Amino acid sequence: MNRPVDETAGLSANERIKARSRLLRGSILEGLKDPLTGAIAEEDTQLTKFHGTYQQDDRDLRQERLAQKLEPLYSFMIRVRVPGGVCTPRQWLELDRLATRHANGTLRLTTRQAFQFHGVLKRNLRDTIYRINQSLLDTLAACGDVNRNVMCGVVPERSDLHAQAYGATVAIADRLLPQTGAYHEIWLGRQRLAGGEPEREPLYGETYLPRKFKIAVAVPPRNDVDVYANDLGFIAIEDGTGGLAGFNVCVGGGLGRTHGEEETYPRLADVIGFCRPDRVADLAQQVVTIQRDYGDRQNRKRARFKYTIDDRGLDWFREELQRRLGWKLDEARACHFDQSGDDYGWVQGRDGLWYGTLFIENGRVADRPDYPLMTGLRRVVEALEKRGRGELRLTGNQNLCIAALSDADRQMVEALLSEHGIMADRSGASALRRASMACVALPTCGLAMAEAERYLPHLVSRLDEIMAASGLSDDPIVVRMTGCPNGCGRPYLGEVGLVGKSPGHYQLWLGASPQGDRLNQLYRESLDEEELLAILTPLIRRYAVERHPQERFGDFVVRVGIVDNPMAFEI
Amino acid sequence: MTANPLTADQASQLQALTRTWDARQLLWASGFLAGQAARPSDDRAIAGPEVTLLYLSQSGNSEKLIRTLARRLTDEGCVTKVFDALDYRKARLKQARYLLIAASTHGEGDPPDAAAEFYDYLMDDRAPRFAALKFAVLALGDSSYAQFCKIGRDLDARLEQLGAQRLVPLQECDLDFDQPAAAWMDQVTDMLAGSADNAVAVIPVRDVAATSYSRSRPFAAELHTDLVLSGRGSTKEVHHVELSLEGSGIAYRPGDSIGVIPRNDPALVAGIIDAIGASQAVTVPVGEDSVTLAEALASRFELHPLTRPVVQGFADLAGDDHLRSLLAPENSTGLNAFLRGRDLLDLLTDCPLPGLDPAALVGILRKLPARLYSIASGPSANPGEVHLTVAAVRYRNNERDRVGTATGWLADRVAVGDSVPVYLDENPNFRLPADPDTPIIMVGPGTGVAPFRAFIEEREAVGAAGRSWLFFGDRHFTTDFLYQREWQGFLRSGALTRMDVAFSRDQADRVYVQHRLLERAAEIYAWLEEGACFYVCGDANAMAPDVDRTLRAILRKEGGFSEQAAGDYLEGLKRGKRYQRDVY
Repeated sequence: MNRPVDETAGLSANERIKARSRLLRGSILEGLKDPLTGAIAEEDTQLTKFHGTYQQDDRDLRQERLAQKLEPLYSFMIRVRVPGGVCTPRQWLELDRLATRHANGTLRLTTRQAFQFHGVLKRNLRDTIYRINQSLLDTLAACGDVNRNVMCGVVPERSDLHAQAYGATVAIADRLLPQTGAYHEIWLGRQRLAGGEPEREPLYGETYLPRKFKIAVAVPPRNDVDVYANDLGFIAIEDGTGGLAGFNVCVGGGLGRTHGEEETYPRLADVIGFCRPDRVADLAQQVVTIQRDYGDRQNRKRARFKYTIDDRGLDWFREELQRRLGWKLDEARACHFDQSGDDYGWVQGRDGLWYGTLFIENGRVADRPDYPLMTGLRRVVEALEKRGRGELRLTGNQNLCIAALSDADRQMVEALLSEHGIMADRSGASALRRASMACVALPTCGLAMAEAERYLPHLVSRLDEIMAASGLSDDPIVVRMTGCPNGCGRPYLGEVGLVGKSPGHYQLWLGASPQGDRLNQLYRESLDEEELLAILTPLIRRYAVERHPQERFGDFVVRVGIVDNPMAFEI
Repeated sequence: MTANPLTADQASQLQALTRTWDARQLLWASGFLAGQAARPSDDRAIAGPEVTLLYLSQSGNSEKLIRTLARRLTDEGCVTKVFDALDYRKARLKQARYLLIAASTHGEGDPPDAAAEFYDYLMDDRAPRFAALKFAVLALGDSSYAQFCKIGRDLDARLEQLGAQRLVPLQECDLDFDQPAAAWMDQVTDMLAGSADNAVAVIPVRDVAATSYSRSRPFAAELHTDLVLSGRGSTKEVHHVELSLEGSGIAYRPGDSIGVIPRNDPALVAGIIDAIGASQAVTVPVGEDSVTLAEALASRFELHPLTRPVVQGFADLAGDDHLRSLLAPENSTGLNAFLRGRDLLDLLTDCPLPGLDPAALVGILRKLPARLYSIASGPSANPGEVHLTVAAVRYRNNERDRVGTATGWLADRVAVGDSVPVYLDENPNFRLPADPDTPIIMVGPGTGVAPFRAFIEEREAVGAAGRSWLFFGDRHFTTDFLYQREWQGFLRSGALTRMDVAFSRDQADRVYVQHRLLERAAEIYAWLEEGACFYVCGDANAMAPDVDRTLRAILRKEGGFSEQAAGDYLEGLKRGKRYQRDVY
């Protein structure tokens, strides 16, 4: 039920690009063939996002190359869609090979359980995406104004619930996949059938969604997917006998904002009811069509679903949804989350198998001289692949779970990991470091205003000193840093959130809950490293002295009134 | 002031005659008239012999020398006819009485592109005999090549073989040709005009050359810009150099080259002085002058690369049999391998001569030659400036880091604001078509792309409507795409119509410009048939012959030509100045 686009005058530029793209084709194919530039046409850079790839350039070299009469060093980020973050050992190995062959030799695990390649040159783009598809993964709709990778909590100890939640995740992901043949034509060399049925995009229509759309499925008690940060969230509810009764449904979450624009803000999702497991795909589809029809297509900065909800009201939305569904949501059930972070190390699931969660700092799988993580993991996964055992699960915190192992498999994996000096919890890394997260930012991300991934490890080392001096070495604080306010690293759900403003300067946000159900608050507008530490040092010292037993830093700063608590989350 | 002796009529005739003359012409004419005044008044008739002068020129030096000689002979009363060997109708050779040739040797002993046909004609078994012909040959070459002056030597020997009579002995010239060429011209002039006392005398009024710069009198051009075009991680280091010509009066044309007079690496100079245990301050003779050894080695003599004559001289100084055996004619491969990557200090290291007389050492050295760079800027788009594209040569050999003499000097030791001694080296054989509507195809991989930047800038500046097509190649797209953003801009503006690129090391198979040409065979042939000019600049050893072969293949494939006909087609293009090369 697309509303007719009767005029294009007020529409945002992206809406017009989508409308004339012939279902996401544009001139991408021609651009890939142009040997004189490493870039594609400006307009096509908006379209390739839907295909799972962003054009970027090495911002460290931009000025230098300009002076050298060379164009920027363009390359492409490729995001692999991995519903629920679950992949096979064979798939991991293929991605590992591609990282070396065509990308910068590293794999990036993302905050939405996807893989990212960085630094893929245009001439290698088709081959990379083709091979990803050959491994039975794909990149379609990994970015762009569509439903993105659907997340699913990893919760190793609740292997029984995970299996059912993951089933729902895949059902939703499949239902919301775009139908355009453009992806197959461009990347897989498939010819368009002449005289076939006219191509349609039945769910999205030719202009797709006004903006990206994010869905996550959480399995309590772990909120590792930050379910309330999603446009649409499902929270698994147990039936009392260990089975899945259904899902609490929440809508309207989203963290992205824009510096200096008050009408943009992070928002947590509201729980609107409960639905049966067999209805989640239908429900997701109708939520998406409402946003398709009512989302703001004029102001792209307010085009997320959260603003549609706020502008029209939750009641209007619930009614519209139930009208489209033809059935009513049940009352939401009680549920509880204990934390949004991961537990590292080995746990046994209810299926009797073993699950080992590894800390991957900032999600970067790479070999460093003192830490051959990528090689070590390759050995582990090769051994699993040879035995036909296990699977890999990426967590929403950019970590890795080696899943579903027998006792013997676990022993083998442990031996291989320790052979490469890889400890499940990376002993030596502080609790604070293991709870920290940063987005990619510089040098590749075009949106970044400041460093994140390259800088956070250093900042954490300095925070570690302060923590140690206060006797808090074993206490985690969720520290999240992003290079811009768009929120890929979910900084507004950090007990300490750092949002890049300009090179070397960050906004400081304080007071999110460690369970991911309360946003933090802006505390300082722009701080450099010394200013930041000058503010955090006394706060941490005070926390060490005044905290209640088990009280977390995010809760403490709210309780003692360092920041307000206007957004406390309640069902 | 003397009273004007001319009648009013004569005065107005003189004014009418000289109204359009420039200062140079006026000065020459006054000298000519002064000479006339000094001669017996009854002997005005010009009665010298008719002389044919031919040049086989690649970069224009032979042509320049021949034209200078022609002027001198004309002054001496001879009737001179100057021809490019390309344009010379060979049948006329049988009627010629006096033939003077200046011939350049190109690359590994090849004739200049434009002269190949003439050379082949004379060298062919079917060449006619020239019993009545008197000749002299001036040979130009570069002694760092094994086949030094081969073309001149061949022609000189061949003409004698064909029955012609040698006027003066063959004169061979190295890169520093001014003096030997002048000496040869003196001899030739004496032979042709010596007996005739009816020669025109010109009283030098002022040295007209003083208003123009030359190798022996270079212009000090200020370095404005030096930037590295090669991106980070490149295996190459190509510099873009911008020099100021402000105040020089140097007016270049696209296709011309700039001669740069470099200085040797001070570390190399110090090493040599150290090796012979001499003092920096000791003076040595350099021509008429006497300068310190340090300065002589820094700025007067070639230290790198090594050449055969230097090894010869050194072998004699050292009495070294191993070196002598390398110089044996049958051992040229061994000598070439020995010379590669070596400099004078290597000789002194391999074969120490402590206490060697510095004068003896410099006595075996060749004068430091200027280095020619194809100009990379269009004069109309860059008034008062000249741009060069210079690949810095760096390598390590015998545990010493080496740099190319001129490239290392420009890249490492000349700072912005310093001056670079330069002179213009015109290249009449590498010119944009006179008609701006004529399409052009340019093949310029690596630094060979330099003159095409000048071509396109110029065509854009003058609003030329002709289509243009550039083939560029190098190793890697991301780091070696010289002037990438500029080409993109020219394509957007339409100043450049098409561009194809070949990056040899970005894939498993090596891909070069000739492969791209072949891929576009049909269109290349169509452009040629529509009158396009075809230009090649860059490597003479592999690239230029590969491109030539590819052109023949294109003609066979698309035009249905036989091998012979394809060759004739290309000869026709050369004759029509539509196939021009600047290769080195």
